Amino acid sequence: MTAIDPTAHLTAEQIEELGRELDAIRDEVIASRGEKDAAYIRKVISAQRKLELVSRGVLLFSIFPPAWLLGTAGLSVAKIMDNMEIGHNVLHGQWDWMRDPKIHSTTWEWDHVSPSEQWKHSHNELHHTYTNVIGKDNDLGYGIMRVDEDQKWQPLHLGQPLWNFINACFFEYGIAAYDLELGKNLHKRRRKNPEFRARAKAVGRKIRKQVLKDYVIHPLLSGPSFLTTLAATFTANLVRNIWSHSVIMCGHFPEGVQVFERRSIKGETRGQWYLRQMMGSANISGSRALHFMTGNLSHQIEHHLFPDLPSNRYAEVAVKVRALFEKYELEYVTGPLPKQVFSAWRKVFRLSLPNKKPKVKTPDREQELVAA
Amino acid sequence: MTSTALRSRAWKLLEMVTTPLLPSDYLDLVSPLRAGADLRGRIEAVHPETGDAATIVIRPGRGWRGHTAGQYVRIGVDVDGVRLWRAYSLTSPTNRQDGRVTITVKAIPDGKVSNHLVRRAKPGTLIQLDQPNGDFVLPQAKPAKVLYLTAGSGITPVMGMLRDIEFDDVVMVHCAPQPQDVIFRNELHDLVADKKLRLTEVHTDTDGMLDIARLNELVPDWAERETWACGPAGLLDAAEEHWTEHGVQERLHTERFRPSIAVAGDGGEVTFSATGKTVDADGATPLLDIGEEAGVLMPSGCRMGICFGCVTPLKAGAVRDLRTGEITEAEPGVLIQTCVSAAAGPCDIER
Repeated sequence: MTAIDPTAHLTAEQIEELGRELDAIRDEVIASRGEKDAAYIRKVISAQRKLELVSRGVLLFSIFPPAWLLGTAGLSVAKIMDNMEIGHNVLHGQWDWMRDPKIHSTTWEWDHVSPSEQWKHSHNELHHTYTNVIGKDNDLGYGIMRVDEDQKWQPLHLGQPLWNFINACFFEYGIAAYDLELGKNLHKRRRKNPEFRARAKAVGRKIRKQVLKDYVIHPLLSGPSFLTTLAATFTANLVRNIWSHSVIMCGHFPEGVQVFERRSIKGETRGQWYLRQMMGSANISGSRALHFMTGNLSHQIEHHLFPDLPSNRYAEVAVKVRALFEKYELEYVTGPLPKQVFSAWRKVFRLSLPNKKPKVKTPDREQELVAA
Repeated sequence: MTSTALRSRAWKLLEMVTTPLLPSDYLDLVSPLRAGADLRGRIEAVHPETGDAATIVIRPGRGWRGHTAGQYVRIGVDVDGVRLWRAYSLTSPTNRQDGRVTITVKAIPDGKVSNHLVRRAKPGTLIQLDQPNGDFVLPQAKPAKVLYLTAGSGITPVMGMLRDIEFDDVVMVHCAPQPQDVIFRNELHDLVADKKLRLTEVHTDTDGMLDIARLNELVPDWAERETWACGPAGLLDAAEEHWTEHGVQERLHTERFRPSIAVAGDGGEVTFSATGKTVDADGATPLLDIGEEAGVLMPSGCRMGICFGCVTPLKAGAVRDLRTGEITEAEPGVLIQTCVSAAAGPCDIER
């Protein structure tokens, strides 16, 4: 948390006006959603399936190094597409308006060890509602890291650069554990909770299926290429995990991003909610290919303002959102991928050590409202 | 091991290969009309019939089971990216040699699907299909004398019948605003020229609405005829009354394209428990529309209460049937048609 509240110059009226302007941007996209958008997601899904099919086909011959390289690269990209531009966004309900039961948040299952249903709860419901609120948003350091000066330091945090690296490599398992709130639920008393056990079972089933597919069935199908296919799938999963972890770290961890205290969201208005999303998220700048490979989460700010708008529209929305940042004199945190990743990692390192408490707090919204 | 058991084993293995997707998700990329796929069809041609009606030629997928003359089919079409389901009568004969079927669609004002099909649908487009359905069909035993009483697009199921089976003595009374609005007019006149049909066209712009009492003069032996009637509610209501009055109601078969809506009230908070959404509903808007507005994946069909494509469990509360005003209360196993039911107080729909 920075010592100075970067939104202090805004009056309550201005914040509500900002909210109305953002609503207008949203309405405009919703009114113009149509055939082109539907064609886009169908094309992406079909391309992803074809790429995965071809890559797995090539890996049958992965005993030959060029086939290994080609197949592994293809499978890595296919897994990233499935995870980011397709899975994450479909599960946000971005494509529910098409009313196609095959591309719908209630029916979609992704190539991931966390079952869709559980991820939707922890991500869509908890993280997106309570973005960057300490103690409410578990995404803030995923419960294993300290990413803000205001979080209490414990000796365990000394190891957080290492935890973060391990988490990056096995990110999908980290997410599954996170969706299960494993840290909290492994306590003796909670372990027996039937609801938790049912969810843990579901995760177990999902892990079994995914592992069987990637590390047993496909290698077996490859016959003499058993080991090389195994290595290829492992590599593809590793690449996908590190990539998605990096992208996601860029969303809320870089320097310049604000976090909030629990009391600051009491009685939050729509305008204030929007403002919190704006100040709590960061973008990645780059080419169209980069935006695509990040599942358009490079437009994290826009995604957090409008989590259910189709991802292919964030780029055009970003222009208008950025103009509002300028109009209201707010900092639009963005930068190229290496810079943002570096910034996030630096914070992880820096906050593994204790620090002095900052002197000034973000103002209490409730008091502000009363004053207004 | 039997071949069925073997095949199911092989399929299980394939499912392990493709998890979390299904093998069919990949097969659909190359062969969406194959046997075993979700039933789909491909639009192969669109032939204009009148200024606002067109016949759509569809090649159904291999799973198509065939229809009986007079039945309808539910189709799901993507209009502006949104999948919308409607029911249309099949107008092709049941024994068409090339395996294709046709529906004939009249564009109704503000009709999203009908206007799309008549004016914008392109050959090559995939659509979703259901198996044909409906009991507005001809009997097994051939009746000696037949009357077809139709108006507007009500002619479509009857055309399916006319093209399917020849009767010795067929009379048709058809109402349309003007001669050029009569769908299939040339074909009907050909049948008349071949003496296979006696036809009376009522042009309502000049002749006015058909007064059912005029039937005595148009078709003097109407009461002796097995009659199939399809058209607007006003015509069908009058026909039902007329046939009942003369004690021959068992000879009349009707198909309604529009429900008559009863006055409704109440409304309440509707919970879609499977998706966890809760919205306020008035007492006049169908729950199907309420759910769709809220982004819930609602199955739908004819949207007029005939096809039962939208039935959904009612878990709690009560709903009112918009056609009859009848109240249905939640009980285990109770299904409601969401397209003709509105909230009668708070209710819980399992979607």
